[in-house]
Amino acid sequence: MRRAVVLALALLCLAAPPVSAADSINPKADSKAFRDYFTKRFPKVPLNDFVNGPYSMDADLRKQWVEIDAFPPYQFALDKGKQMFETPFKNGKTYADCFPNKGIGIRQNYPYFDAKSGEVITLDVALNQCRQANGEEPLDYTKDDMAALTAYMAFTSRGKPFDIKIPNDPRALAAYRNGEEYFYTRRGQLNFSCASCHVQSPGDHIRTEVLAPALGVVAALPIYRSEWGGMGTTSRRLITCNSQVRGVPLKPEDELYRDVEYYLSYMSNGLPISGPGARP
Amino acid sequence: MRVQALIRLAVVLAATGLATAALAASADDFQAAYAKAEAAKNQAGALKNQWTTTDTELKAAKKAADAGNFDEAIKHAQEAEALANASIAQAKEQATAWKNAVIR
Repeated sequence: MRRAVVLALALLCLAAPPVSAADSINPKADSKAFRDYFTKRFPKVPLNDFVNGPYSMDADLRKQWVEIDAFPPYQFALDKGKQMFETPFKNGKTYADCFPNKGIGIRQNYPYFDAKSGEVITLDVALNQCRQANGEEPLDYTKDDMAALTAYMAFTSRGKPFDIKIPNDPRALAAYRNGEEYFYTRRGQLNFSCASCHVQSPGDHIRTEVLAPALGVVAALPIYRSEWGGMGTTSRRLITCNSQVRGVPLKPEDELYRDVEYYLSYMSNGLPISGPGARP
Repeated sequence: MRVQALIRLAVVLAATGLATAALAASADDFQAAYAKAEAAKNQAGALKNQWTTTDTELKAAKKAADAGNFDEAIKHAQEAEALANASIAQAKEQATAWKNAVIR
């Protein structure tokens, strides 16, 4: 009888699919491996400089950026964002009433996992939740006013290190895993994943563009892009990436977009906020 | 002799006309091809993995059909279906393949 049980257990072990490292969710270990990959590949780039994206990869581009930053193209958005942030809603309240520390210097804590809704809340979503709670219409998630508001909030947080938490909640871990999966999944007719450009090819060129490393890639958002001729949010950036590989983009602030921002922001923990940024 | 030649020509022309009528695609043929392409596109949509080029081909199919060019319209619809099927295959393959790319 005992022999039969041992045999059955042995057969069961053989039949069970092998558990690989990819199947377990360990954000801390992932983050270390992620950071090590970039720092080993680019040993001359100081850790905090990765947040400057393509400028950390290309000396000539960096020189141009330094010149451009004397009169930053996001300045108008920044001024508008400050004004919007300080202007009371019709009910007399302001954005400051919705956020910890009155909304100043808090960008590094977003996105966060909201245990009540079971979803990832980005700063953009939190801003629209604030508006709706105060009887205002939500803003478009891709540009203009939303980009201006987040630009101002990022500016007040410059230099503060990303501090993204992933609570020990299966829903938070699932959101993290979904974000990771989205980041590494190839899509579109060109069969590219986010990682194809930002993990496998940072520093390389696609046409005239220098590809940014994924480490710290979210720290500069929102950004002014010369290609857009204006400001854009994280959603706009992701939508552009999807379209460029001939994939139909998701809706702005789709749950998967929020999850991938959660994943990338966690990977950037400890790196300073540098937004709003300017990119070619 | 001349009459015989004319008869021969008439027969050839009639046969050609019949053949053309038999080969030309109809609006029904187009509708069937378009429906198949749309079904594949919707399946890709359910997997959140549609390609922009599928829509481009579907629009071209519709435009050709509106102009009465059903042969052309069917070609575009079939291309759209092939693209949609490729995007479905990509999604299914990537459902597990993404793990191979993760930094370890």
